[in-house]
Amino acid sequence: MTAILEMRGIGKSFPGVRALDQVNLTIAPGEIHAICGENGAGKSTLMKVLSGVYPHGSYDGDILYEGRPVAFRDIRDSERQGIIIIHQELALVPQLSVAENMFLGNEVASRGVIDWNRTWARTRDLLAKVGLTEAPTTPVEKLGVGKQQLIEIAKALAKDVRLLILDEPTAALQENDSAKLLDLMLELKAQGVTQIIISHKLNEIRRVADRVTVIRDGSTVSTLDRAEITEERIIRDMVGRDLAHRYPDRVPDIGEVLMRVRDWTVWHPDQPRKVIDGVSFHVRRGEILGIAGLMGSGRTELAMSLFGRSYGRDITGQAELAGRPADLSDVSRAIAAGLAYVTEDRKALGLILEEPIQRNISLANLAGVAVNGILSAGREQAVAERYRRDLRIRTPGVNQRVMNLSGGNQQKVVLAKWLFTDPQVLILDEPTRGIDVGAKFEIYALMNELVAQGRGVVMISSEMPELLGMCDRIHVMNEGRFVGELTRAEASQERIMALILQSEGKAA
Amino acid sequence: MTTAETETKKRGLGAHLGGHLQQNGMVLALLAIVLFFLVVVRASQGVDFLSAQNITNLFLQNSYVIIMALGMLLVIVSGHIDLSVGSVAAFTGAVSAVLTVRWGWPFWAVIPATLVMGGLIGAAQGYWIAFWRIPSFIVTLAGMLVFRGLTLWLLQGQNIGPFPKAFQSLSTGFIPDLFGPDKPNLTALLMVGLAALAIVWAGVRGRRQDAAFGVEPEPAGLFWARNLIVVAALMFVGWKLAQFRGLPNVLIVMSVLIVLYSFFTEQTTTGRRIYALGGNEKAARLSGIKTDRLVFLTFANMGVLAALAGMIVTARLNSATPKAGTGFELDVIAAVFIGGASMSGGSGRIIGVVVGALIMGVMNNGMSIMGIGIDYQQVIKGLVLLAAVIFDVYNRNKQL
Repeated sequence: MTAILEMRGIGKSFPGVRALDQVNLTIAPGEIHAICGENGAGKSTLMKVLSGVYPHGSYDGDILYEGRPVAFRDIRDSERQGIIIIHQELALVPQLSVAENMFLGNEVASRGVIDWNRTWARTRDLLAKVGLTEAPTTPVEKLGVGKQQLIEIAKALAKDVRLLILDEPTAALQENDSAKLLDLMLELKAQGVTQIIISHKLNEIRRVADRVTVIRDGSTVSTLDRAEITEERIIRDMVGRDLAHRYPDRVPDIGEVLMRVRDWTVWHPDQPRKVIDGVSFHVRRGEILGIAGLMGSGRTELAMSLFGRSYGRDITGQAELAGRPADLSDVSRAIAAGLAYVTEDRKALGLILEEPIQRNISLANLAGVAVNGILSAGREQAVAERYRRDLRIRTPGVNQRVMNLSGGNQQKVVLAKWLFTDPQVLILDEPTRGIDVGAKFEIYALMNELVAQGRGVVMISSEMPELLGMCDRIHVMNEGRFVGELTRAEASQERIMALILQSEGKAA
Repeated sequence: MTTAETETKKRGLGAHLGGHLQQNGMVLALLAIVLFFLVVVRASQGVDFLSAQNITNLFLQNSYVIIMALGMLLVIVSGHIDLSVGSVAAFTGAVSAVLTVRWGWPFWAVIPATLVMGGLIGAAQGYWIAFWRIPSFIVTLAGMLVFRGLTLWLLQGQNIGPFPKAFQSLSTGFIPDLFGPDKPNLTALLMVGLAALAIVWAGVRGRRQDAAFGVEPEPAGLFWARNLIVVAALMFVGWKLAQFRGLPNVLIVMSVLIVLYSFFTEQTTTGRRIYALGGNEKAARLSGIKTDRLVFLTFANMGVLAALAGMIVTARLNSATPKAGTGFELDVIAAVFIGGASMSGGSGRIIGVVVGALIMGVMNNGMSIMGIGIDYQQVIKGLVLLAAVIFDVYNRNKQL
């Protein structure tokens, strides 16, 4: 069996960085091949070399596709040969319909005039292949992220794909959507489509992948056959050491109640319905409180409405911090009261990507680097350097723009920003989303450190294992209400799912 | 020193130059343009482009663009645009004319009253933009029409003038020489000298502070070379002005404003917040920054500066005219973009804007002296704007 794709000795340099060095990758026809590696290991760079984003000549090494050496000049060139990449950030135009997106740049037309009947018919066929029954005229923005991801795949099928590359396809999906997507991958495999999947989620890799190639620091470390694929082995190859425990140990030292919220009710900003309905909870000093729930259960809305009413309208309920009623009526007051909110969407809501690290860190507490409203560049730099050391932010210097950092390091910058406001209670919304195993561990360790200092942490997460591994207590949320509370000893994935399912549809 | 260390040092210098290429590039472009006109004007017209009188003229002609560009930078950094400044300048100029000429108010009452008027106009536009989230392009396009119309209405299609000497001196007055009427003007020389010293002192102080906090400083050679050029240029201009009538009042007003706005944008928390707002409004809001209020204030501030510019123009022409300020908004916006501000907000520096305005001003002045027609002038200015922004985008892409 000859390989459909062979990349030999691939190297790629950027000014000051050797991003890839001696990467070898062989893909057999009809297989699903997973590529694993920490953020910044070079996975995405490798895929950009393969798909022609970095044109031939700008990298070293050879690419053999279907037995012939190829030299792609750009992404269209590789698409013509059937290599299609689906990026993490979806490339759909939200306002356009499913059919329009499906054939964008590739319209079913004669002499520039679109044949709508054929377009819709073909769209229906393609949608059926990925298990969707949506009308071709539905605007894409009306669909959930999970369905949008499937439409991306249908779009690839429209282009007669032979090698499909999926870059973290399930990063933004909840579990049932992820499962559907993985099923579809297996189905496509049965139809003979070769696939490469880049993912952080090791359980998914185990489910679909025939082989795994692990990349570390820009070089291939190992290629594992299906029999060899275990989470322990992949993690060891990715980080170059054994991770005996995925969650750092902590002896809980839980004190008095730090924050208490009663009857918190929030209405949707522009629809007449409650998003949060009478939620009450408390967090103690030294405690990590988890909030479990599916996407759309109102977890983020709860956090943002608490944090300076950044979401929703007609908010009612009481909040207390350290025994006193807290004024959370706007963000600066919430910060002053000792609350911090680390957003789930760090690029859109957490960071100013064009600005350097030190300016991002000082943003929520500019008074802390200023005297009488006048900034001290030196003080700002010193603060940033301190957090760089403490949180091990990997960067050549704190004057680097945040957009040049990997996901894990960006998340550390966001955390540094909030730590610099010296909060009593931190709400961490998906704190480890889209970051690699090594950085996850560091963030867990940091959370333990924070509660050891006597702060309280509220952790919102879609990854149940991490909630179970980190939290002292877990509230289960569904349809805007808290539907159950579990102690660390009681909590399990099954019980959380059971609480969600039992409460389904009971909301008024 | 090991080889590795030498290498990092070298890379440090290269990276430093690279990082400031945009800034330095614009200054170099300005110098090149001045040099070009110096040679060409002498060869073709036999006139000294850098004569004392022409340098004075340059400042008098461009002061209002620079003053409005200071406010426009804040507006653009916050991610907005203000198309109304030309009309607002015309309207406030007309108001100052009515107050002075028709109502006989003294200049010390007219100036603050007109500035307040400008602030109110800016605030009225900012209100819709900041709190109602109406796009600034629309609101200020409306403002451009409304205030042009109000200018015509107020002036009834006529010019109002002339003005008393005191009001005229806002634009055409000079700082009197305390040391007698002999040339050169010693007061002017002294003030320019002090300004040069202040610049060097501030630079040295900044370096020392950086060092105290362990910040990697600009290489010493580069720092002194840059300062030497700045001081030399400043002293040359000062020397020339001292040969003529001394320092124009408007130059002093402008210089003070430049220093104040540089300080505000780079050293104050409020200034920083405007950049954060332009960089990522949602992230800024979730960091406790009151973004609406800041947008409102940048527009109010723009109104005040437009009013100041309006009075300077009126004083310079010695009459308020219905056509005053036509097209100013384009000169001002062009200056800001030539100076390196980004269309999407979040970046741009005061010093860049001043250089950008001077580039436009020097080209206007030089081409007029050479007798180039207004048709070609427009074409050339348009191409320069385009070239400057292309240069900027090219540099940015290279950094990625």
